[in-house]
Amino acid sequence: MVEHPLIEKWASQIASITLGACKSEGGSRSKILNIGGQNTLPLLFKEGKIPNPPRIAFEVWDQAPGDWPVELVNALGKNILDPFKWAEYCVKECQAELLCVKLVSFHPDYGNKQPELAGKFIKDLLKRVEVPLIIIGCGDHAVDNSILPIVSEAAKGERCLIGSALQDNYKTLVASVLADGHSIIAESPIDVNIAKQLNILISDMGLSLERIVINPTIGALGYGLEYAYSIMERARLAALSGDKTLACPFICFAGQEAWRANEAKLSPQHGIIWETITASALIQAGADILVIRHPSAAEKLNKHIKNLFS
Amino acid sequence: MFIIGELINGMYPVIAKAIIDKDKAVIQQYALKQVACGASALDINCGPASRQPLIDMPWLIETVQDVTNLTLCLDSSKISVIEAGLKAAKNKTIINSTTADKDKLNIIIPLALKYNSSLIGLAMSAKGIPQNKDQRLELAAEIITACLESGFPVENLYLDPILMPVNVAQAQLKDILESIHEFKFISQPSPKTVVGLSNISQGTNSRNLINRSFLTMAIAYGLDSAILDPLDNQLLDALITAELIMNKNIYCASYLDAYRKK
Repeated sequence: MVEHPLIEKWASQIASITLGACKSEGGSRSKILNIGGQNTLPLLFKEGKIPNPPRIAFEVWDQAPGDWPVELVNALGKNILDPFKWAEYCVKECQAELLCVKLVSFHPDYGNKQPELAGKFIKDLLKRVEVPLIIIGCGDHAVDNSILPIVSEAAKGERCLIGSALQDNYKTLVASVLADGHSIIAESPIDVNIAKQLNILISDMGLSLERIVINPTIGALGYGLEYAYSIMERARLAALSGDKTLACPFICFAGQEAWRANEAKLSPQHGIIWETITASALIQAGADILVIRHPSAAEKLNKHIKNLFS
Repeated sequence: MFIIGELINGMYPVIAKAIIDKDKAVIQQYALKQVACGASALDINCGPASRQPLIDMPWLIETVQDVTNLTLCLDSSKISVIEAGLKAAKNKTIINSTTADKDKLNIIIPLALKYNSSLIGLAMSAKGIPQNKDQRLELAAEIITACLESGFPVENLYLDPILMPVNVAQAQLKDILESIHEFKFISQPSPKTVVGLSNISQGTNSRNLINRSFLTMAIAYGLDSAILDPLDNQLLDALITAELIMNKNIYCASYLDAYRKK
C-alpha cells in the first residue's frame, strides 16, 4: 500500500524582520540578520518554507551581574567586569552574530545611573561591535521610560530590537521605536490573550505588526516550559491560520530562566545542559531568537541548529 | 466565517437605481462599506428589475473590482448572466448558484472549472424545496457526486441547505441546522456550507434578532459561510463572539475590532 504523507498548507506566514542596518542603509553593522518569514510550524520543512534558522543572541549586561552562578561567571572570565570587553569577547571569541544588551545599571536598586549616560553607552557599544543589537531596559517602568527613548535615538538607523513593551507600559517605547526605525519586543506574561491585545495596541499606534517580536515569557525545563510551549504553539497555529495580530517572531530568554533553576547550579555541567535543553525545546516551540548566557550552551545550540537546518 | 456581503443586489431600490443610471460611485461605496465591516466576499446580483442583465452583471463586476480585490459571488439563476460575469471577473469568483438538477450541474460545473471558480450548490431541485433532513442530504450528495465525477474540487463547493423563513417552515429549522453539520460527512475532503441568512426572517417583524440568533446557532453546527448584511453591527458582533466560543479565534480584550481588521 502506498502511503501518502499528510501535508498541511497554511494560509498565512510569520512576519519577516531584519535586525541591524549596514552602512549602505544608514547604519554601521557589518552584517544584518533576518528572522521569521516561515509559513509552517517549526522544523516542518516539507510543509512550507522556513527561510531563517533560529538565532542565538548572547546576553550582555552593562555592569557585572552580582548574582550569576559561579560556573557562568567563570566561563565569561574577567570580561564580565567591562561590558565592552564582554561584548567583544562574545563576538570575537564566541562568534556571536547577535547581542542582547541589558541596561541593568540604570535600575534604582542596581546602580541607579543617570539616564543621560545610556545614550553614550549605546553609541560606544555600537563602535566596539558590528553585530546587530537587541537592547533591553532595566525592568523598572519609570526608568525604562526615560532611558529607552535616549537609547533609541542614540541608535537611530541601526535597526535594533528594543524592549520591552508591556500591556500597561508601551506607549513611550512604541513612539521612540517608531521614530527611530527600530523594532520592538512586546512582552506578555505567558498569556496568549494579552500577547494578542498588546500587539493590537502597539499596531494601533502606527507601528506595523512587521516590526514586533513577541516575548511570550517562558519557563525553564522543569519550571513551566510545557506551559510556555503550549502558549507559543497556540499563537503560532492561530498566526499560520490567518491571525495577523499574532504573526510575529518569538524571542525567548532561555538563559535567564534556565540559570534560575536549582538544577542548573548542581555542577558546572548542569547549567549548560539546563540552558541547552530549555532552548532546544523552545526551538521546537517556534522560537526565532534565543537569548543565551553560557558560551558553551550557545556553541551546542548553534551546532544543533546547523544539524536541524542542513 | 467567510462573510459574503449581500448588499449589492438590484432588489434594493438604491442599487437598482444605480444600475439603471450606471452610477459607479454608489456601487463602489456599497462595496467598500461592506469591506470595511469585515466582508470576505461580495454578492453581486442585478436584481429582478434589470432589463439587460447580460450588460449589467459585467458592469457591476468591473465597477466593484475597480475598488477591491475581494472574491465576487455572481448571483443569478440564469447561466448566461453568470458566464457574462465570469468573463468580466479578474477577482476570485463564486458561482451563486446551481441546484441539484443534472441538466444544470452538467452545464455549471464545467463552467466553474473553466473559469477556476468556486460554486454554491443549493440542496433543492426542480421537484421543489426539500421537506426534511434526509431529502437535503440526498440532494447534497447528488451535487457532490457530480463534482467528483467532473473533477471539481469539493473543497471549493459551498452547500446551501436552503434556509426557510421561520414563519413559513418553523418545523424545518432544526433539520436545517443538523444538515449544516452532516453535509460535512458526505465526502472527504468536506464541502463547505453556506446559508442565505436573511431568508430566515422574511416577513417577520424581528428580522435582525432572528438573523443573529440563527447565525449563532448555525456557527455552533459548523457553518463556514453566510450571505448576510455586514453593516448590521449586532449581527457581526454575535458572529464574531460565536466563532470565539467555537475556538476559531484567540480571545483578546478588543477581539471584536481585531476580527473586523483581519
